[in-house]
Amino acid sequence: MLQFIARRLLATVPVLLIVAVFVFMLLRLTPGDPAAVIAGDNATADQVAAIRTKLGLDEPIWTQFAIWSGKALSGDFGESFFFKKTVAELIAQRIEPTAMLALCTIILAVSVAVPLGVLAAARQGSWVDRVTMGFSVMGFSVPVFVIGYLLIYVFAIQLGWLPVQGYKRLSEGFWEFLPRMVLPSVTLSVIYIALISRITRASVIETLGEDYIRTARAKGLPGHVVLMRHALRNAAVPIITVIGIGIALLIGGVVVTESVYNIPGVGRLTVDAVLARDFPVIQVVILMFSFVYVLVNLLIDIAYSFFDPRIRY
Amino acid sequence: MSIVGRTLKGVVAAGAFAALMSGTALAQTTLRVVQHGNLTILDPIWTTAYVTRNHGYLIYDTLFAADGDYVVRPQMVEKHEVSADKLTYTFTLRDGLEWHDGAPVTSEDCVASLKRWAARDAMGLKLWDFVKELKPVDAKTFQLVLKEPYGLVLDSLGKPSSQVPFMMPKRIAETSPMEQIKEYVGSGPFIYQTKDSKPGEKHVYLKNPKYKPRAEPPSGLAGGKVVKVDRVELVEMPDTQTQANALIGAEIDIVEAPPHDLLPILKADKNIALEDWNPLGHQFIIRFNHVVKPFDNPKIRLAALYAINQEDYLKATVGDPAYYKVCGAVFICGTPFATGKGAETLLLKSNFEKSKELLKEAGYDGTPIVLMQSTTLPILTNTAPVTKQLLERGGFKVDMQSMDWQTLVTRRTKKDPADKGGWNILHTYSVSADVLNPISTSYMVAAGDKGWFGWPVDPEMEKLRDAFAKETDPAKQKELAEKVQLRALETAQYGWIGQWYGPGARRSNISGWLKAPVPVFWNIVKTGK
Repeated sequence: MLQFIARRLLATVPVLLIVAVFVFMLLRLTPGDPAAVIAGDNATADQVAAIRTKLGLDEPIWTQFAIWSGKALSGDFGESFFFKKTVAELIAQRIEPTAMLALCTIILAVSVAVPLGVLAAARQGSWVDRVTMGFSVMGFSVPVFVIGYLLIYVFAIQLGWLPVQGYKRLSEGFWEFLPRMVLPSVTLSVIYIALISRITRASVIETLGEDYIRTARAKGLPGHVVLMRHALRNAAVPIITVIGIGIALLIGGVVVTESVYNIPGVGRLTVDAVLARDFPVIQVVILMFSFVYVLVNLLIDIAYSFFDPRIRY
Repeated sequence: MSIVGRTLKGVVAAGAFAALMSGTALAQTTLRVVQHGNLTILDPIWTTAYVTRNHGYLIYDTLFAADGDYVVRPQMVEKHEVSADKLTYTFTLRDGLEWHDGAPVTSEDCVASLKRWAARDAMGLKLWDFVKELKPVDAKTFQLVLKEPYGLVLDSLGKPSSQVPFMMPKRIAETSPMEQIKEYVGSGPFIYQTKDSKPGEKHVYLKNPKYKPRAEPPSGLAGGKVVKVDRVELVEMPDTQTQANALIGAEIDIVEAPPHDLLPILKADKNIALEDWNPLGHQFIIRFNHVVKPFDNPKIRLAALYAINQEDYLKATVGDPAYYKVCGAVFICGTPFATGKGAETLLLKSNFEKSKELLKEAGYDGTPIVLMQSTTLPILTNTAPVTKQLLERGGFKVDMQSMDWQTLVTRRTKKDPADKGGWNILHTYSVSADVLNPISTSYMVAAGDKGWFGWPVDPEMEKLRDAFAKETDPAKQKELAEKVQLRALETAQYGWIGQWYGPGARRSNISGWLKAPVPVFWNIVKTGK
């Protein structure tokens, strides 16, 4: 297993390298000039050109890449064109809100969706099943920002129970942190609850039809034991896969949710950086997201072998 | 005194101290403001971005400032004298001016600040064409010596909008004009808190306890800058719906520029008031690219001006007539150099027949005009479709290309033909305070590469602008400003396509928001939570 993990981690190096080259080239080929953004709308062409020279953007693209990658290999990911802070510093400042939002969302989604999916499977065709599947369809169909604004209107503006926006770091106190995390997590988890509950239901239903389940029942095992110990464990692989994909997809959802709830996370940093063509920031953020994606896939593979001992690497 | 007595006394004293402390805590007022954009660059000389200009007014002070009637008044300057030959200006600073780090403000600081500003700003560059020498005389006095009389010395030093000649300590002002400053020390009414500020989240400013406001009442950007809150937070909140929700939920106090479509929602809330803080508003423009076909032909540019009319743009972008004004004056209706001359037949009413006639005379071959449409700045999004429709009715063929604002601002730097990645027409807008006279109006520069994108060349226009700059008699300046407007229309240098206004929104417990071309936070009172 250790050998497998080491091999997979080593395989991330060429992946990240390809991503780095691709993103670097793509950014330089995309229309949009950070110097023009920095200079402001009333600046003259001369002023814009001077800023471009200062930032090294008038160098040939390969020279720019050589300089950037040389520094990146020594751990220096450069400085944001706009914030005048190192990219590492900026990301360090923004990582906590995003990580917390993703964590709360996944915890909420899994703890609601898996029992819901199992329940729907166990009571297939009942009202519980129909409501769960109805909710699932709705969760897929309604855009994240609509859910977000709706929750804000009801729970923050009309009822006044929760804040409209903002983020407080855990270091500022758990009771400062929690209320501001509720609505964003609920908003973002809706789609994952829909996704995970649907897959859980289908997977458990399929497992419940297997011969060994019939055998377990014939042995006289109670229904909940059959369901939880036998069916759920064997249905786990597709559920874990979808949870893993969900974590990877969270990146996209986080961008919208962070905007709606004004959470200063990596998602918003990415949007701001893309709109302003802040190349150094975009490059590192995308590399980081790629690394997370690879890592999540690795964790999924490891989890497979835990739930299904037949899988060995 | 008995033990009981001493204990009671101690308890009473402790209680009083606690009450005092809690009273102090309660008295702390924080004004939370959402600006129209994110503040990323903190050097107001390095960028023309309006959010950075706003930040500048919080922490820096100016030598002069425009009052509510746009008259330039002394601010950091106690007195100034102009020699009889109008060549030497002597400025004396007020007593007791201090930088946030405790050092006194000296004339050397001001000299260095002015030099850095003049290297970047359009009005500064123009002024410097006339400057022979700028030198400190003593710690509080400095002199500006001109080569020949220049009529806009004080207007330049007191210019209200970007890039404002803010004063900085010499050690900071000596930073190259092409480098961003790294330290934010001013002498203004607020002190920037680098440690507490998190770009992308919020910027924090504390009241400057040592700031000495002028004795005069506040007026525009001039007069006494009396701070009535303890702390200002510029909260970064890019989503406009979230801004409105946060204001309704009392989580912020002011939204500087809510979009027009959210104004009815805000108006409906009794705890929110709309505040017309910038009575001058903004001005839309249509800009032609003079260096590529077909707008290298003045007759074709003129045909375009005949086809358009302001009302159509204003209806499509702003909607509610309460927030716009049809105005023939390029230098903004209601200001000293405003005149409607020349606009009687252009800009205010479309004349499609005349447009077609001119196109025929000019031999327009029907090549499509590349019109760049920005889709990411809501206020500008609808300008291009209006142009497309009006120009097509006037006989043009138009190829409207949609793109985000950053792509547009990059593409506008290209001088290639439109079908090879260049452009023919773009739209933008300015804060009216930036277009009040022929020198501050960057679109009016007709010196080719030295001018704004579109690069018009017109020696006659430059002569008029120079004459305006040298003139010191306000009546003659007005005549020249009128000639500039007429010349701009005659050559179809560009088109001004309407003034619009965007009120700010504030909670009803906020008062004292001054009317000025820039949102300023002195004089604001916050009562209650």
